[in-house]
Amino acid sequence: MFNILKKEELSDQITLFEIGARDIAKKAKPGNFFILRTHEQGERVPLTIADFDRDRGTITAVFQKVGRATHHLGTLNEGDFITDVVGPLGNHSHIANFGRVVCVGGGVGIAPVYPVAKALSEAGNNVTSIIGARSKSILFWEEKMRNVSDELIITTDDGSYGTKAVVTAPLEDILLNEKIDLVIAIGPAVMMKFVCKTTEKYGVKTIVSLNSIMIDGTGMCGGCRVEIGGEIKYTCVDGPEFNGHEVDFDLLMNRLQGYIDEERIAMKQVRVCGGKNYGIKDN
Amino acid sequence: MELKTTEKETKKRVNMREQPPLVRARNFLEVPYGYTPDEAVEEATRCRTCKTAACRTGCPVEVDIPGFIDLIKERRFLDACYRVKEKNALPAVCGRVCPQERQCESRCLLGKKGTPIAIGNLERFVADYEADNGNMKIPEMPKPTGRKVAVIGSGPGGLTCAVDLAMSGHGVTLFEAFHDPGGVLIYGIPEFRLPKAIVKREVEYIKKLGIELKLNTVIGKLHTIDELLNGKGFDACFICTGAGLPMFLGIPGENLNGICSANEYLTRANLMKAYLFPEYETPIKTGKSVAVLGGGNVAMDSARVALRLGAEKVYLIYRRSEAEMPARKAEVHHAHEEGIDFLFLTNPIRFIDDGKGNLCGIECIKMELGEPDASGRRRPLPIKDSEFNIDIDVAIPALGARANPLLTKTMPDLSVNKGGYIAADEGTGMTSKEGVFAGGDIVTGSATVISAMGAGRRTANAINEYLTWKYWDYQN
Ligand SMILES: Cc1cc2nc3c(=O)[nH]c(=O)nc-3n(C[C@H](O)[C@H](O)[C@H](O)COP(=O)(O)OP(=O)(O)OC[C@H]3O[C@@H](n4cnc5c(N)ncnc54)[C@H](O)[C@@H]3O)c2cc1C
Ligand SMILES: Cc1cc2nc3c(=O)[nH]c(=O)nc-3n(C[C@H](O)[C@H](O)[C@H](O)COP(=O)(O)OP(=O)(O)OC[C@H]3O[C@@H](n4cnc5c(N)ncnc54)[C@H](O)[C@@H]3O)c2cc1C
Ligand code: SF4
Ligand code: SF4
Ligand code: FES
Repeated sequence: MFNILKKEELSDQITLFEIGARDIAKKAKPGNFFILRTHEQGERVPLTIADFDRDRGTITAVFQKVGRATHHLGTLNEGDFITDVVGPLGNHSHIANFGRVVCVGGGVGIAPVYPVAKALSEAGNNVTSIIGARSKSILFWEEKMRNVSDELIITTDDGSYGTKAVVTAPLEDILLNEKIDLVIAIGPAVMMKFVCKTTEKYGVKTIVSLNSIMIDGTGMCGGCRVEIGGEIKYTCVDGPEFNGHEVDFDLLMNRLQGYIDEERIAMKQVRVCGGKNYGIKDN
Repeated sequence: MELKTTEKETKKRVNMREQPPLVRARNFLEVPYGYTPDEAVEEATRCRTCKTAACRTGCPVEVDIPGFIDLIKERRFLDACYRVKEKNALPAVCGRVCPQERQCESRCLLGKKGTPIAIGNLERFVADYEADNGNMKIPEMPKPTGRKVAVIGSGPGGLTCAVDLAMSGHGVTLFEAFHDPGGVLIYGIPEFRLPKAIVKREVEYIKKLGIELKLNTVIGKLHTIDELLNGKGFDACFICTGAGLPMFLGIPGENLNGICSANEYLTRANLMKAYLFPEYETPIKTGKSVAVLGGGNVAMDSARVALRLGAEKVYLIYRRSEAEMPARKAEVHHAHEEGIDFLFLTNPIRFIDDGKGNLCGIECIKMELGEPDASGRRRPLPIKDSEFNIDIDVAIPALGARANPLLTKTMPDLSVNKGGYIAADEGTGMTSKEGVFAGGDIVTGSATVISAMGAGRRTANAINEYLTWKYWDYQN
C-alpha cells in the first residue's frame, strides 16, 4: 500500500499527488513513469513521474481526469492509500548539454516535461519552454516552468491567457529565427504530431514521449506497440521517448481509441453510481 | 511382463464428470468437477502397482505414482497427497495442467492395451481432498542459517525454489513484477482450467513458511541483481522470470484495433479479471467473430476465453494439421466439444481494415504438408490460389513467447544464448555469473509447469551446496 502524502488541485481537471514510495524515488530519473492500481478491481494506470524527492522518499504524479480510473484516483485524498505502485518503468531521458533546447508541454503534458526541462537546464542548456493549454483554467506550473527555463512562452487556444495560439506558432517563430539543437515535446498525440511536422521542416531533432495504452509496462503484452521508423517498438520498454520524426502518430492515435466503446460503458457506470462524487459533468 | 490378463485390465478409465459443453462455453467455472472418493478409488484399483513403475520415468519430478495410488486404494487420501508432495509441491496445479498424455500417462503400462491410469485426475483428487479436509500442515522449520536468497519471479519455478530454500533454513525473498503472485498460473492459464483460489492457497502456504513476498517489484528496474547481491545482502539469486515476450506474425495490418497478443488478451482476462468488466475495470475486446492464431495451450486458452466472453464464432487457425498441435490433448478435446471452429493447414497472410483502423477480416491461404524438414516434421507449404477471407472483429496471435530482455539487459556479465535465454547449467542452474542461478522458461524457452518446478527444485539443492562450499562451477 502506498500513502498519498499530499494532494493539490492544479486546475479543475488536473490533480497532483505526492506518493510515498521510497525505493522508487531512489531510482527515478526524468522521463521514467510508473503504474498504479487504486484498488483491487482497478485498472493499471501509467503515469509519468513528474518529480521525485529522494530524501523524503516521494514521487509526484500529475494527472488529468479523463476516464473512470483517473476520476476515481481524483476522489482519493491525503492520507488515503493506493493499492499498487510499480516503477520506475521505461527509459529515462537522455540528458546532456545539447546547446539551445526548446521544451514544449501541452495540457497535462506540462507535468512530464518539467523534470526534463529542469534536468536539461541543470546540464547547462539554454532552455526555452512553451506551455500551452486549451484555456487558462487548465494551465498549471507556470512558476515551476519559469524557474527552470531561460525563457517561458504561454499559449492558450481561447486566448484567455498568454498568446492566443497553439504551441506550434511560437515554436515556428523560434525555429525561423534561431538555430535550435533539440526540441522536446510532451502532450496529446495530436500536439506532438504537429510539433514534429513543424520541426521536420527545419531539420531539428525532436524527442516525444508517447502515451500508448499499457497493461504490464514490462514488455510482456505488446499492447503498447507503436511504429517507429517502420519498426514495431514497445513504448513501455523501448520508450516512452522516441525520435518524433520517426513516429507513426496516426497509428498511435488510432490505437488510443481502441477501447473507446468500453470506456463509455465505464463512464456511464461512474455517473450512475455517484457522478457527483466524481465531479463529472453531464454532456 | 507383469501384466496378467485379468478382468480389471479391460475395465475402462473412470472419467471425471464435466459441465456440459454448451453450458460451460458461456461461463468461467472449472470444466471438470473432479472425482468423488468412490470414483477415485475405482480408478485407483485399475493400477497394477507395477514394480518397474514405468509411469514414474515419464514424470519430470518422478512422483511416486504407484505409491500414492496404493494409498488411494486404501482410502488414505491425505497420506496419498503427502506422498505426492514429497516430489511435487503443487499437485492441485499439476494434476490439472500437466500434459499427462506426453508425460506420466504416456508410460503407463496399461496404455499399451487400453487406457492408461488417469494419474493426473488422481493427483488432482488427492490435492483437492487435502484442501477440503486437511489442515494446512506447516512443517517444522529448521534453524535459520542466516543466509539470504533472492528469488526473482513467482511462477511455478520460483515458488518451488523458494519453498525448498525456506525448508533448508535460508531467508527467502520472492520478488514479483505483478501485483499478484503465481506467474503464468495467474495471468496466463484461465480460471476455468485452473481456479485462481488454488494458486492463492499455495501462496498462503509459502507466506506461512516465512517467505517474504515483494510484489510490484521489477528486478532490473527497481533493483538490479548486483544491488541485491552487494548492497542488499543476498548471498545468491535465482532468476525464474519466464518467457514473457509476445510474438506477432509480421503480416500487414497487425496493429489494427481488435488485434492483441495472447499475452495481452489473457492478462486482461485473467490477471485483471476483465471477464467481469465493468465490475472489474480493465476492458477487453469481446468480439462477435474471433480468430486465434496458433496451436498450443496458449491458443487453446485464448479461443476458449473468447467463447466465454460471448463471441458467436471462434476460429482457431493453425498452419499444420491437428496431429502436430502442441496443446494438451484434453484441452483440444474440450475446445472441440465447446464448438471452436478449427481451421487446420491454414495460414493467415493479411489483416483487413474496416477503413476506420479497426479489424474487420483476415485473409488466409490453405497449406499442404510437404517433405519432412531437418526436424523430421513435414513442413507446411502454401497452396497456390487458395486464398480466402473470413470476417472477424478480434484476432489473437498466440504464437509462443520469447525471452524478455528487461532484466538480462542490465547484466552485461551474464551469458545469454541466441534467443536471449539465459545460459545455465541444466543440473544446477548455475550461470556465468557467480551467485546467480536461473531456471524455468527463461532458460528452456516455453515449456511446462512441472519442468519449471523441477528446475526450481534442482536449483534449490544447488544453492544449498553453493552456500555451504562457495564453489562455482559453470562451463559454457
Ligand atoms: C508512459 C505514460 C505516461 C503517462 N503519463 C501521464 C501523466 O503524467 N498524466 C496523465 O494525466 N496521464 C498520463 N498518461 C495517460 C494516462 O495513463 C491515461 O490518461 C489513463 O490511463 C486513462 O485512464 P482512465 O480510465 O481514466 O480513462 P479511459 O476512459 O480508460 O481512457 C481515456 C483515454 O486514455 C487512454 N488510456 C486508457 N487506458 C489506458 C492505459 N491503460 N494506459 C494508457 N492510456 C490509457 C486512452 O487513449 C483512452 O482513450 C500516461 C500514459 C503513458 C502510457
Ligand atoms: C496461456 C498459457 C497456458 C499454458 N498452459 C500450460 C499447461 O496446460 N500445462 C503446462 O504444463 N504448461 C502450460 N503453460 C506453460 C507454463 O505455464 C510455463 O512453462 C511455466 O509457467 C513456466 O514457469 P516459470 O516459473 O519459468 O515462469 P512464469 O510462470 O512465466 O513466471 C515468471 C514470473 O516472473 C515474473 N517476472 C518476470 N520478469 C520479472 C522481473 N524482471 N522482476 C520480477 N518479476 C519478474 C513474471 O511476472 C511472472 O510472474 C502455459 C503457458 C501459457 C502462457
Ligand atoms: S507431476 Fe505431472 S507428470 Fe508428474 S505424475 Fe503428476 S501429473 Fe504426471
Ligand atoms: S500407473 Fe500404470 S505404469 Fe504406473 S504403476 Fe499404475 S499401472 Fe503401472
Ligand atoms: S505495456 Fe505490455 S508490452 Fe508495453
